[in-house]
Amino acid sequence: MNIFVVMKRTFDTEEKVEIKDGRVDEEGAEFVINPYDEYAIEEAIVLKEANDGEVTVVTVGDEEAEKELRTALAMGADKAVLLDTEDLDDEVDHYTISEMLAAYFKNQEFDIILGGNVAVDDGAGQVAPRLAELLDINQLTTITKLDIDGTKATVERDVEGDVEVVETELPLLVTCQQGLNEPRYPSLPGIMKAKKKPLETLDLDDLDLDEDELEAKTKTVDRFLPPEKQAGKKLDGEPAEQVEELIKLLRTEAKVI
Amino acid sequence: MSKNVLVLAEAKDGELRNVSFEVVAAGKKIAGEGSVKALLVGESVASFSEQLIQQGADEVLVAEHSDLKTYTTDAYKQVLLQVIESESPDALLIPHTSSGKDLAPRLAAKLSSGLVSDVVDIEEVGEEVIFTRPIYSGKAFEKKSVSSGLVFATVRPNNIPALEVDSSRSGETKDVSVDLKDLRTVIKDIVKKTSGKVDLAEAKVIVAGGRGVKSADGFKPLEELADILGGAVGASRGACDAEYCDYSLQIGQTGKVVTPELYIAVGISGAIQHLAGMSNSKVIVAINKDEEAPIFDVADYGLVGDLFDILPILTEEFKKVKAGA
Ligand SMILES: Cc1cc2nc3c(=O)[nH]c(=O)nc-3n(C[C@H](O)[C@H](O)[C@H](O)COP(=O)(O)OP(=O)(O)OC[C@H]3O[C@@H](n4cnc5c(N)ncnc54)[C@H](O)[C@@H]3O)c2cc1C
Repeated sequence: MNIFVVMKRTFDTEEKVEIKDGRVDEEGAEFVINPYDEYAIEEAIVLKEANDGEVTVVTVGDEEAEKELRTALAMGADKAVLLDTEDLDDEVDHYTISEMLAAYFKNQEFDIILGGNVAVDDGAGQVAPRLAELLDINQLTTITKLDIDGTKATVERDVEGDVEVVETELPLLVTCQQGLNEPRYPSLPGIMKAKKKPLETLDLDDLDLDEDELEAKTKTVDRFLPPEKQAGKKLDGEPAEQVEELIKLLRTEAKVI
Repeated sequence: MSKNVLVLAEAKDGELRNVSFEVVAAGKKIAGEGSVKALLVGESVASFSEQLIQQGADEVLVAEHSDLKTYTTDAYKQVLLQVIESESPDALLIPHTSSGKDLAPRLAAKLSSGLVSDVVDIEEVGEEVIFTRPIYSGKAFEKKSVSSGLVFATVRPNNIPALEVDSSRSGETKDVSVDLKDLRTVIKDIVKKTSGKVDLAEAKVIVAGGRGVKSADGFKPLEELADILGGAVGASRGACDAEYCDYSLQIGQTGKVVTPELYIAVGISGAIQHLAGMSNSKVIVAINKDEEAPIFDVADYGLVGDLFDILPILTEEFKKVKAGA
């Protein structure tokens, strides 16, 4: 079984976000594998163990993303591919990224592609469904359970709290939601082995792509921080007094009840 | 300044979701002299047409088919592509809901179009439509536009106010015939867990519990309070990890991002990942026994004390308020 994971390097969720010269300041920030992509990597490894196959993790980014690819290899993926954005303009968007991925996948044989439901930095969740469309395969998003039997996939999806049980055929793209599994930590032997596993870097030439075809379809005109939330009032007294004061403030000051 | 805007309405459990009226209002903001057409998709949805017109739609298109009863990617994509083809809208707005998130990027890829996701505000600067959207789950924001072609965005529920109901408005309702084929997803079952409950993304009031609530049973008083306030229950990841409640209730950077008018955090410490998902709420109340808990840094009103003492009194008092006392 040919199993692929599309993953992204993101800011650690612990990080505060600062804006400098209209961009998010990355200086000194910790980066991690997008937490939702960790579910995808874990599920891919579980699938491989159950079905015999190979897991390839793919990311679009610059060479810094090799660190996150190595982490995925240490978790148990077999091969890693970096689609290098070095030759591209600063402004890339979901269109750019999904076109690069599609160019890569057009030369691969795949049974299933797994991704995170959303990346915690940009939060758009566009790339995976775009990729499925470009490859003309079915997609199931926000999955919380995956069973594969031959070419049949039975999947549970989280649909705003309800659970939808669906069936479809491979090849398929899925995006993973919290609750699907518990991602493993890389083991020490895993980390050692990862160093020797293949990590391939492909640039635009390798993908037979031209910079002009990849120009972003959207542009960012501003980035800013929300007004800082001021700590409010702590209410004093016994519980009953605090509650009385709260109700009064919600009515007269905040006017929400 | 004149654009023909197509918006997708969404029904759930036999009712139009509020976000349907919000996308109509969003469409009005950019239509100028142009028109806003709302598209209803489902098995039997034509009866919602009037409501959409009364809240601002100039025309309603109805696509009905037995294969459209429940959302699937293939079926809805085909409907939208057929309607886009016949209507050639200048702008397309889709709710940023479970189905909208699944559908919009696929359409964008098919149309080779830009797409701005999860929009919380829209403004028009000259001819250009500028969208505001959160990044890093609300730790920051960005303003984006689509460079050329179709102006395409998904709109987050609960942010762009719907227009007032105007029962004097009238407009045409038109059936569109759709041709569906090669549907690859078969729906076997839907396990309803949210029936009768207010949707978190659209809730005006959220009562959220954390590890401090101590047990699944501990969530019951929160549910009672949420019911009284007509709101929804949410949770921290701490509470979900401890299996006090379902992950679908999780709020934060790896859960739902919410912006209700009133957010009541009960026994939640206020980790940065949690704050990302709720700190843009209008009014925040925190109940926590630890005076130093970071949740108090974002709370408008903090109640320091044991939640098991405070919550019952609070519930009683809200009951009185709602009873009009
Ligand atoms: C990659 C990643 C992603 C994450 N994403 C999210 C996310 O999306 N959402 C999220 O919420 N978290 C997320 N977290 C987890 C986050 O870091 C915190 O661990 C979590 O929010 C803590 O939950 P909590 O506040 O319920 O628990 P705790 O931090 O344990 O806090 C419990 C609080 O309850 C109070 N308390 C206890 N008993 C009482 C009582 N009787 N009366 C009053 N108060 C009481 C305590 O004083 C304490 O402040 C994420 C973490 C990681 C690493």
